[in-house]
Amino acid sequence: MSFWEYANPVKFLALSARVQPFAWGAAAVGIFVGLVWGFFFTPDDFRQGSTIRIIYIHVPSAWIAINAWIMMLIASLIWLVRRHHVSALAAKAAAPVGLVMTVIGLLTGALWGQPMWGTWWAWDPRLTSFLTLFLFYLGYIALWQAIEDPDTAADLTSVLCLVGSVFALMSRYAVLFWNQGLHQGATLSLDKEENISDVFWFPLITSIAGFTLLFIALVLYRTGTEISLRRARALGARLEKEA
Amino acid sequence: MTALLIRDLRLAFRAGGGFGLGLAFFLILVVLVPFSVGPESALLGTIAPGILWLGALLACLLSLDRLLALDFEDGTLDVLATAPLPLEAALAIKGLAHWITTGLPLVLAAPVLGILLNLPAQGFGWLVVSLALGTPALSMIGCFGAALTVGIKRGGLLMSLLVLPLYVPTLIFGAEAARRGAVGMAVETPLLLLAGISLGSVALLPFAAAAALRMTIR
Amino acid sequence: MMPNLGTYAFEVLSSYAATLVLIAGLLIVTLRRGMRARDALRRMEEETARHGKG
Repeated sequence: MSFWEYANPVKFLALSARVQPFAWGAAAVGIFVGLVWGFFFTPDDFRQGSTIRIIYIHVPSAWIAINAWIMMLIASLIWLVRRHHVSALAAKAAAPVGLVMTVIGLLTGALWGQPMWGTWWAWDPRLTSFLTLFLFYLGYIALWQAIEDPDTAADLTSVLCLVGSVFALMSRYAVLFWNQGLHQGATLSLDKEENISDVFWFPLITSIAGFTLLFIALVLYRTGTEISLRRARALGARLEKEA
Repeated sequence: MTALLIRDLRLAFRAGGGFGLGLAFFLILVVLVPFSVGPESALLGTIAPGILWLGALLACLLSLDRLLALDFEDGTLDVLATAPLPLEAALAIKGLAHWITTGLPLVLAAPVLGILLNLPAQGFGWLVVSLALGTPALSMIGCFGAALTVGIKRGGLLMSLLVLPLYVPTLIFGAEAARRGAVGMAVETPLLLLAGISLGSVALLPFAAAAALRMTIR
Repeated sequence: MMPNLGTYAFEVLSSYAATLVLIAGLLIVTLRRGMRARDALRRMEEETARHGKG
């Protein structure tokens, strides 16, 4: 049983139907537990006070925002190479989720930054790259909307995603060159020593898991929506021809 | 290939071809800057390299509309796509034509406009160098953006939305080089990175643009 | 039960509120569009079946 089986819309929908209930349920649990634990049952940080609680939404949303784009990139490549419609539609489905996560990341970042750094916004490398990511999401979604033929739209948005990713990566380094920045170092490094302390880490990782499962559930459902729309359009066209 | 280049250049220079509009926009923008930030010389001198870079970038952006749209409408693109000349080469030529008719004039006009913005004396040379190295990237990235949106009616605004984020690395390094040059700091790093972006864009983006164009024309 | 959020109460609470509102909004839009699309498909399939028989 190869992974490529699920390029077949029917098989994909069958798998999706089996996975979704688990994904939605686990997402709800993960987010609820992570946020309730983090909000009510963790201490304040020595330096950051109660604002540390924002970490339980800021980090997961930023994590999803970036990974959603990576998923879109892979799905776009699969579409360009193997022409599986499910892949193109999955990329289309993921974009608005990524966009919302980027907005959450930017908003919570600003709300956290204001008391900590004294400013709602700073042209720090991470924030700036995030803002550029927001613009890339907007452009990608806008391009999908602007093109009538679905296959051409899938093609062009895939090319945009590819080229955009290269430039986004370049921007990331250009922006680091351009400004050193206020934002703290990586929270999620594999080397435990750099990590924040355990009392914050466990609710955080739960929340991240919850957000990730939410992303999966949303993309599965939304891809199903796109497949339905595509099928309905095909049937409609056929009916019109026969009429 | 030369024939295509000459044709595009001739079309641009003809009346109604849009030549000079980019320059005019650049001039007007620079004139508006003191009205928006105040006439204080020291301030203008500090922001001059950045403003001149931004103005050149926007002037480039505005002239991208005509790059492919007109040819698309009258069927020339279809001819180009089926011609013996590879579409990639044709688009690279179009990028070159755009640079000659838009980018290059901006590079030459920039020092003159630098006077208006009180650009420090040592900055003029580096401004021109950075723009000369960076405007090819702007033209080629713009060509890609134009190819992506050529089939969309009134896709100009969408094209700007798509192209501007792509312009960010070029702008960062170009403006940084111009800024550092203006205050006498070392400029090698940003200039090298800028040159790298231009070379990479010119070498690789014609392929992406051609792929995008074929998707629309198909 | 509510932790003492101190001076940062506004920032922390607005962060959580904004997040929940945005995620709720995304869910609502997703589900509405999804249900409408699936209904439309079902109607199309029924009509296609009828057409085949008629």
